[in-house]
Amino acid sequence: MNIKILGSGCKKCVALAENATAAAQAEGVDAEIEKVTDIIAIAGYGIMSTPGLVINEKVVSSGRVLTVADIGTLLKEAAA
Amino acid sequence: MQEIIIWLNDQLLRMQWLSDLVTLLVRDGFGLDTAGRIGGSVHFFIYDVIKIFILLSVLIFSISYVQSYFPPERTRRILGERQGLWANTVAALLGTITPFCSCSSIPLFIGFTSAGLPLAVTFSFLISSPLVDLASVILLASIFNWSIALAYVVIGLVLAVLGGTLIGRLRLEDQVEDFVYQSPVSDHDNDGAISRRERLAYAMGQVTEIAGRVWLYVLIGVGIGAAIHNWIPEGFISALLGQDKWWSVLVATIAGVPMYADIFGTLPIAEALVQRGVGLGTALTFMMAVTALSLPSMIMLKRVVKLPLLAVFIGIVTVGIILIGYIFNATAHLFV
Repeated sequence: MNIKILGSGCKKCVALAENATAAAQAEGVDAEIEKVTDIIAIAGYGIMSTPGLVINEKVVSSGRVLTVADIGTLLKEAAA
Repeated sequence: MQEIIIWLNDQLLRMQWLSDLVTLLVRDGFGLDTAGRIGGSVHFFIYDVIKIFILLSVLIFSISYVQSYFPPERTRRILGERQGLWANTVAALLGTITPFCSCSSIPLFIGFTSAGLPLAVTFSFLISSPLVDLASVILLASIFNWSIALAYVVIGLVLAVLGGTLIGRLRLEDQVEDFVYQSPVSDHDNDGAISRRERLAYAMGQVTEIAGRVWLYVLIGVGIGAAIHNWIPEGFISALLGQDKWWSVLVATIAGVPMYADIFGTLPIAEALVQRGVGLGTALTFMMAVTALSLPSMIMLKRVVKLPLLAVFIGIVTVGIILIGYIFNATAHLFV
């Protein structure tokens, strides 16, 4: 599974990346977590506020720091 | 009743109590005369820094809470449903409450344009966003008065509506980089899923984030303000920016455009300028020039639009700001 964190390095992006890592571990998902920091690449996903969360190239959240539990649910949905 | 309102205004907005407290501290604590040069500067600095940080925290908190109801996706949807001048007006109004920093101008520009919003509407939003926000209005009311604050908002909105409309009329759609139109539009919107606790946490987070970003600008701004207030010779200021000098507004614009600062850092400078006899229009022009146009946001925008469109944008905003300065200077007696 591929997870991307979209954000130019703000505190919230770091927090989201940490939560995503924790969620992947908790769910036992073999995930590759990538950070996308170029603002044009970020906009290329169609989001207008950071941080954004992309699972398998699908935008699932923007502008929010999701909790570990929230991301866990999204990971399960993506795996199903 | 009138007296109660005046008292509330003096104490809550202008924070007369704080000024009195700082006077006590400077006079009795430091043994300085607040009417003197050093004492006056120290008083201006301490009082203004504390006042701006108190107002900034309270304002950002309440405004961010409101903002959490208007994520950019929702703003875009609202704008897409409207047409013509009305769309520009709504864009200018939403620009005042949508979270904004120069770093978000690119995603917003791409997001709006790729979804098919006209350039006119997008630029109305881009002009109004940094220029007019609710926090600056209340700060203006605190430092000057309510009629000046309201006049600033109305004029800022008019500039945004007219500037955007003009850019739309020029038909510069081909001056936007091609990849912008090809960008995907993500329309997921988790607006409804946000709980009150999350909104409060978001508002709190915004306060720490923005305070962390602007505190240095505030200190520098207040420092410059204190210097203008007590150290730079009156003759120098009035020769450059005096009310009777036709070039004062132009000087303020040229000085302000390349500067990059938050409105919170700019206000104390404007405050000190007006106290030293500079025209209100000149001071407001300086503020608008600093906040509406800045080198970092120009460099950002250059990545998504071609040079002619960028030049038109800068030109229209600059001319607008200069006109506002002259109009305000000519009518300042109505507001004081």
